[in-house]
Amino acid sequence: MINWANFISQCFNGLVLGALLALISSGLTIIYGTLGVLNLAHGAMFMLGGYAGWVAYTYTGSFLVAVVAGSLFVMIVGVVVERLIIRHFYTRPHEDQLLVTFGLGIVFVEAVRFFFGSMSQTVPPPGLLVGITNLGFMIYPTYRLALLGIVAVALVALYFVLYRTRIGMIVRAGIEDSVMVDSLGIDVYRIFMLVFGIGAMAAGFAGIVNAPVVSIAPDVGEAILVQTFVVVVIGGVGSFLGAIIGGLIAGEIISITSMFNPGYSYVVLFVAMTLVLVLRPHGLLGTAGRE
Amino acid sequence: MTPLDHQKTAIISRRTVLHAGAGLLGSAVLPWSSLAAFAAEDKPAIGTWPTGSQGDTVYIGAAVPLTGTYALQGADELKGWQLAVEHINEGHALMKALAPKVDKGLLGKKVELLSADSVAKPNQAVEVEQNYINQNKIILMTGSTSSAVAVALNKFAQREKVLYVAGISGSNDTTGKDCVRYGFRQNFFGQTAAAAIGPVLLKQFGKGKKAAFMTPDYTYGHTVTKSVNDYLTSQGGWEMVTNQVSPLGTQDFSQYLTNIANSGAEFLINVNWGRDAVLSTQQAKQFGLLPNMKLVIPYQIPFLAKEVGAEITEGVFAATDFWWTQEDQYPLAKQFVEAFQAKFGYRPEWGAENSYVSFAHWARMVSEAGSFYPPDVIKQYEKGETIPSLLGDVHYRPEDHQCIRPVVIVRGKAKKDMKNDEDFWEVLEVVPGEGLMQKPDAFGCNLGDYT
Repeated sequence: MINWANFISQCFNGLVLGALLALISSGLTIIYGTLGVLNLAHGAMFMLGGYAGWVAYTYTGSFLVAVVAGSLFVMIVGVVVERLIIRHFYTRPHEDQLLVTFGLGIVFVEAVRFFFGSMSQTVPPPGLLVGITNLGFMIYPTYRLALLGIVAVALVALYFVLYRTRIGMIVRAGIEDSVMVDSLGIDVYRIFMLVFGIGAMAAGFAGIVNAPVVSIAPDVGEAILVQTFVVVVIGGVGSFLGAIIGGLIAGEIISITSMFNPGYSYVVLFVAMTLVLVLRPHGLLGTAGRE
Repeated sequence: MTPLDHQKTAIISRRTVLHAGAGLLGSAVLPWSSLAAFAAEDKPAIGTWPTGSQGDTVYIGAAVPLTGTYALQGADELKGWQLAVEHINEGHALMKALAPKVDKGLLGKKVELLSADSVAKPNQAVEVEQNYINQNKIILMTGSTSSAVAVALNKFAQREKVLYVAGISGSNDTTGKDCVRYGFRQNFFGQTAAAAIGPVLLKQFGKGKKAAFMTPDYTYGHTVTKSVNDYLTSQGGWEMVTNQVSPLGTQDFSQYLTNIANSGAEFLINVNWGRDAVLSTQQAKQFGLLPNMKLVIPYQIPFLAKEVGAEITEGVFAATDFWWTQEDQYPLAKQFVEAFQAKFGYRPEWGAENSYVSFAHWARMVSEAGSFYPPDVIKQYEKGETIPSLLGDVHYRPEDHQCIRPVVIVRGKAKKDMKNDEDFWEVLEVVPGEGLMQKPDAFGCNLGDYT
């Protein structure tokens, strides 16, 4: 099936997958960059966004309400988790941080399974975005095309928050050197809480906007977490733009390799990651010395 | 030696003498016939026998997926085992219909089920069972919902000499090249599914069609796809235009579906299972492949119709082990569906049916053999006697330990035709098992030793 039509379709698949990975990874990378905590519960945040949105959708029938509810709920969960648990682990070894976030992930997944079971749940796309669009050179699911736009808008919004606001400036400064930010009299712990909330919200938002594509189940975040780590490694830890570029590269590698043989798509992805680690150990846009 | 030590020694010697005396007296009183019988049986300890069946309770260990791709189907299976154990212990009428000598327990002992999550991973399942063997001396293992697990537990059962009855397992290998003396399978599988659904497809759609396959990348997927494709190409001149093989747990099938969209296929034969089947089917609709291509499900997935909705499964042909509306034709099926629904609040899918029947058959074999000694139980199975199931009489084939049982062909109902919210499939045919089976040695089965 190696022909132009298939190639272009696969490039589109890669773009959609890549954009989604970029959004989730950006949340992960700013949390790690600022707080120094590798959040293994990030996949669970993605899942929680889907479920919170699905519950909101069930009650209201509105996709927009679902998206807002999913994102806000996960942001609140993020803030609460940071205040109650993560905060006590900043000064502890990385192993402890990994264990506690890994454990939190399990708790979230099993709590959702306890309340909602393992049955897949579907959030349909809004009426306007149902069906298939004929682009002339190929046909493509309308919602997936829209998803590309939705994720792009979210990434631009996140960019503005990080690069065009005072709070964003402090966050970026915190990524470079949180001790210095603290010495300048800024309440660094409040910033940490905010960053954790925003990072979690990025995953939660991705979880609910992805729900019409991949119906949700308690384990939905598990697979995406692994891909997200690869994206962060390729893009460079702590780099927002790196997460976007890494996401798109990962998405295209998976999709285009699939055209030849889907069995090798992850092999090629990990080969690419290894190459980046060898040639640029800090990732494409990462800087040496960052946490 | 202190005075105290001396005293202790004296007491022990006195006790020893008393014990020895009591022993001699006891042996004089014990009937000689029972001693002779014990000696004649000459059964050396094997696996967890006899320690596992010496107390008043015998244990069964289930390694079942409760998380991951097959979590939903695993939970349903577990309920089937729980109901069977409950029925064995209370001597329920349905259990007695399947295993007449079961009487409030098995050979006078209470049966208890232990279960743990296998995540459908072979190494995890083996670890779970190993713990149960060490700690609880289980006398039976079960679990799977992934043939990779079934094959691993087969080999483990043979090594440990503890019986294993498979949970859901669709691979030809389970009672084919990876069959073992200590393993048994009740449910239908790739070969019988293909032989049952193949003629229906050819009759319905004719010869010379183009089909795209979606295959999960492990023993179940590969053997089912091969069996179905072999049948359709050899008997109907169909052509496999693409076979999209995906790893277990894939979330985004867009890459695979794009390949299928560009393949010129008229039929989408989806062998994916569990959540993989739900996602691939839903996404095939998103990409417009469905309903333009006809969907075929050769190995039906419990809850699929409930998860994807009747608008997708309407008109879809599938092969299965059991569908609850068969209660109208089979009295035992009716008893099972009613008992299950009363306990769990929904009508059972075929995973639960397989669980229940496989335990009932095991209980029958143990009670008929009058022994928990594994070789005795195996030989009871291997007599190949005709025994009841929920869908009429069946028997186990001694050469490969596969139950010869019917395969049920169903077609998805339109939403408007559903009589209740679980009435997704219409039973078209119940194909007798005998004609569907391959020759016993066709898949390279070599059972191995009893001891």
